[in-house]
Amino acid sequence: MIGEHSSKQYDHELETIRSKVLLMGGIVETQFLDAMTCFRIGNVERADRVIAEDDQVNQLEVQLDDACSHLIVRRQPTANDLRTVMATIKVITDLERIGDEASKIARTSKSLHGRGAVGINHYEMVRTIATATSDMLHDALDAFARLDGKQALQLIAQDAVVDHEFRMIMRNLITFMMEDPRTISSALDTLWVAKAIERIGDHAKNIAEYVIYVVEGKDIRHTKPAAPIPDLPPAA
Amino acid sequence: MPIPIPTVSQKNKTIEISGLNFFYGKTQSLTNVSLDIHEKQVTAFIGPSGCGKSTLLRTLNRMYDLYPGQRAEGSIMYRGRNILDPGQDVNMLRAKVGMVFQKPTPFPMSVYDNIAFGVRLYEDLSKGEMDERVEWALKKAALWGEVKDKLTKSGLSLSGGQQQRLCIARGVAVKPDVLLLDEPTSALDPISTAKVEELISELKQDYTITIVTHNMQQAARCSDYTAYMYLGELVEFGETDQIFMNPARKETQDYITGRFG
Repeated sequence: MIGEHSSKQYDHELETIRSKVLLMGGIVETQFLDAMTCFRIGNVERADRVIAEDDQVNQLEVQLDDACSHLIVRRQPTANDLRTVMATIKVITDLERIGDEASKIARTSKSLHGRGAVGINHYEMVRTIATATSDMLHDALDAFARLDGKQALQLIAQDAVVDHEFRMIMRNLITFMMEDPRTISSALDTLWVAKAIERIGDHAKNIAEYVIYVVEGKDIRHTKPAAPIPDLPPAA
Repeated sequence: MPIPIPTVSQKNKTIEISGLNFFYGKTQSLTNVSLDIHEKQVTAFIGPSGCGKSTLLRTLNRMYDLYPGQRAEGSIMYRGRNILDPGQDVNMLRAKVGMVFQKPTPFPMSVYDNIAFGVRLYEDLSKGEMDERVEWALKKAALWGEVKDKLTKSGLSLSGGQQQRLCIARGVAVKPDVLLLDEPTSALDPISTAKVEELISELKQDYTITIVTHNMQQAARCSDYTAYMYLGELVEFGETDQIFMNPARKETQDYITGRFG
């Protein structure tokens, strides 16, 4: 952090919020990795644990929202403190949704493996997107912990790769389904999982955008810094 | 939140301060301060005690002239002339640039005369015109409803918050361009403070307002521009939203976030 407040209690409150966000981030990261293991090998116990951990994540979201409201009421934060609190409120929403997506993957894995015959190499299909997304999530949490705007910018660029990968998977699965209708249910399950992974990538990107907001005070959401919007041709 | 549209009035400068130095005897308390006070906007000066914000405010109507050994260098342009010039008529200046102090300072006379006193110094009004002016000033200061039946009572019989609004009415009554408020609510309770703040936002329709405050939330609530001062220097000056959301200088950030040791 950037030096201490005259009020030590204020520092303590901010630090408590920060460490809880990091705790929450750690849990959802584990949830995602565990969910992917379930998807790969069909470990039912682990899938149930991922789903159960979601309660803990939800609880943390509620606690952190409450802590942020309290801090606003009691301290009237300004400048970087205000941006930290605003960003935290948004980051925990994204973390909670990552938890939801991980649970979704775990549940889908249970049903996929429960049915037995898979027919397609489902894990291989999503391996690349899963690795890229897991890196993004890790980097997003790391950037938030260290308030590293540079790292945040780098991982935002990664999101395009994940989106592209998702479209490849979809096309690939469609060919499987057309060739052999027996693969449809497992292909759809795989598609839901790929979609959940892609969404986790979006949430990681959002977190990175909040990190940039905290560090630089710039809101870069819904902007494309690399490609400025070209002038539209005059309407015909 | 709607994006504020820059208007002509935002671009107009009422007062332009440049290269201002101020000395209490041999002690320099303002160093090379330059900033513009925008017309019909509220400009807040914030900073820790002793940073020079009240001194800066007091130069704007040469209040310091009352004290020997205090002097200012540089220029403060108002209506095309440097008010620091020895030739400046300070009485006319103070009629155009009015001031309200930290503690309410009603004169020991009736509510009516508190308002009329200043007006009589500059204008020769008939009884009817004066009655109108007093009512107008009290309405401007959002006090008319509370005192219209007590105009002959002593100004000192009013509550603290009412006294402060009476002083603002007194300042407004001579129809100034600029109102200087030196911590106008630091001696008031939260409700009176809220009334004075509400008043500030109404008065800025007609007047240029400059406020010194220790209460940063107050600066954030009522001002359009904020100047952060430290040790007699202007550290940062900008639009209030920018100063409080994303200050450019680390010193400003440390002060407004409470990291000031």
